[in-house]
Amino acid sequence: MSLLQAYKMAIKSIMNNKVRSFLTMLGVIIGVGSVITAVAFAKGSTKSITDQLSELGTELITVNISMRNSNRDVNYTDLEEFTEQNAELLAAMAPQVTGSVTLKNSDVTWSSSLIGTTEDYSKINKKGISSGRFLIDIDNTYRQKIVVLGSTIVKELYKGQNPIGKNIKINGNVFKIVGVMEETASSEKGSNDDRIFIPITTAQRLLKSSRINSYQFMATSAEVSELAGTTIENYLFKTYKSTDAYRVTNMSEMLDTLDSMTGTMMTVLGGIAAISLLVGGIGIMNIMLVSVSERTREIGIRMAIGAKRRNILLQFLIEALMVTGIGGILGIILGNLATFLIGKFDVVPSVYSVEWMVLAFGISLLVGVVFGLFPANKASKLKPIDALRYE
Amino acid sequence: MIRINELSKKYEMGDNVLYALDHLSIHIKEHEFVAIIGPSGSGKSTLMNIIGCLDSPSEGKYSLNNIEVSKFNGNELAEIRNFQIGFIFQGYNLVKKLTALENVELPLIYAGIHAKERHVRAKAALESVGLSERLHHMPSELSGGQQQRVAIARALVLDPPLLLADEPTGNLDSKSEVEILNIFKELNAKGNTIVVITHDDSVAKIANRIIRLKDGKLEQESEVIEDELTTSV
Repeated sequence: MSLLQAYKMAIKSIMNNKVRSFLTMLGVIIGVGSVITAVAFAKGSTKSITDQLSELGTELITVNISMRNSNRDVNYTDLEEFTEQNAELLAAMAPQVTGSVTLKNSDVTWSSSLIGTTEDYSKINKKGISSGRFLIDIDNTYRQKIVVLGSTIVKELYKGQNPIGKNIKINGNVFKIVGVMEETASSEKGSNDDRIFIPITTAQRLLKSSRINSYQFMATSAEVSELAGTTIENYLFKTYKSTDAYRVTNMSEMLDTLDSMTGTMMTVLGGIAAISLLVGGIGIMNIMLVSVSERTREIGIRMAIGAKRRNILLQFLIEALMVTGIGGILGIILGNLATFLIGKFDVVPSVYSVEWMVLAFGISLLVGVVFGLFPANKASKLKPIDALRYE
Repeated sequence: MIRINELSKKYEMGDNVLYALDHLSIHIKEHEFVAIIGPSGSGKSTLMNIIGCLDSPSEGKYSLNNIEVSKFNGNELAEIRNFQIGFIFQGYNLVKKLTALENVELPLIYAGIHAKERHVRAKAALESVGLSERLHHMPSELSGGQQQRVAIARALVLDPPLLLADEPTGNLDSKSEVEILNIFKELNAKGNTIVVITHDDSVAKIANRIIRLKDGKLEQESEVIEDELTTSV
């Protein structure tokens, strides 16, 4: 008896019991479907975080200074000098002071966040200008009262019209608008578009804080970013004599951390998948055992007219394989449909993972073999006379 | 064709040993039509199972078509059942979810014959029992007599030397019984060796020889006279 023949028999038997076969498959369908969906969800959310991070660039290094356990400090000029000295590692540096401010255009007020920085900020953060200009170094030298607006503010205070050349009140002080940033987050309230930028020297005065507690560096390339980070750490340690006083965050390290988190997530998902498929497999074994005892007489007839033990074994084993195989395929279809839907409704981007589809299908076949073997073996071990007598 | 020598089948129940067949010796020649009859408990079903290679004897020798099968294992017996024996049962024993044609194809599947030839041979076998119009009917759509004819077609499809029938007309009305018995007579006339196990004397009468069993032993062997055979049917 050929394998092809065994497949034909299995299909016939599955088609003869459509409802039961489907219910038997359901465990595998749900198991595989949920695995595919969960993997897609995990990969999708990782992708959206990774995309946001790499938008900033893997060359980005952030330094936060808390001055804890230390009473010394570095100033902007020191770090500027340091950056120039390490030009082979560091391409740019931008200091930052931040604060919350109230903006006012004629009678309309708006709360937003302010960033005081220098020219290199736009280069490091890869942020472009949609009209006008960004800050330049001379604005800092002369403590110019000029401002670059995020797109949210243009939308809320100027109804989307070009505000360049107009004045705006920031915490009661009049600033001249020189530029508008490119939109990056659909101009939503509280997003990266809901920000204004002014020269750092002006900001120190406005916010009445002379300390700069945050710097951004840009490594010359992603490859040297780790070395650049270490160099910055060493420099800062020389000044502060304590590792508690500052924190250096390297974007490429963060991406690595994210990768390992994704790995952990996948392991957990794999475990859940294994359990759900185990449950599905037990269901299949259960139904196959019922099917064997229901078909005992048929087995007896087949044996009487010449079926060998392995013919019977093969027939039931392939039937179990077909059930889990078809279940696996339906599960993959279901999972991909769910993946498509979570992408369509903008939950997370749809990421289709062929490896996981292949893996899930392979595991469902394995479940078929493992849990089909016992019932199939039981069927093949029946004695022909006993099986024939069975009512 | 069939040589059974000093054959026993015993069942041990605690300390008691029950002999279903007790040192039985039977020889059946080729082209014979033999009826084995006896009351229930006489051992005729056990004998049928052993002749049909569905069961193995406890002691003694059994050779079928010059093949000593008493010591064969399950797979070897399956092959003997496939090629040497055609079974016809009282309850027809058709696979309910297969059509008449598919049922007749089953022995050919296990014999490893490919689909095209299988189809042709199964069709021919069904035609030979007069069921060419019923190829794609399910067993439940056929009368008892028709189902038994499908079973006969299935038994014949691999052209085995021995046809073994167990109460073949037990579930049939008298008209169908006559049809089935006529098929048996025709087959025997064509040269098939037929062994029928029955408790029905009218069935036994169409055989050339009757073997009577009682308590696992031979009770009586008798030749059926040719003209008695013709008048009885």
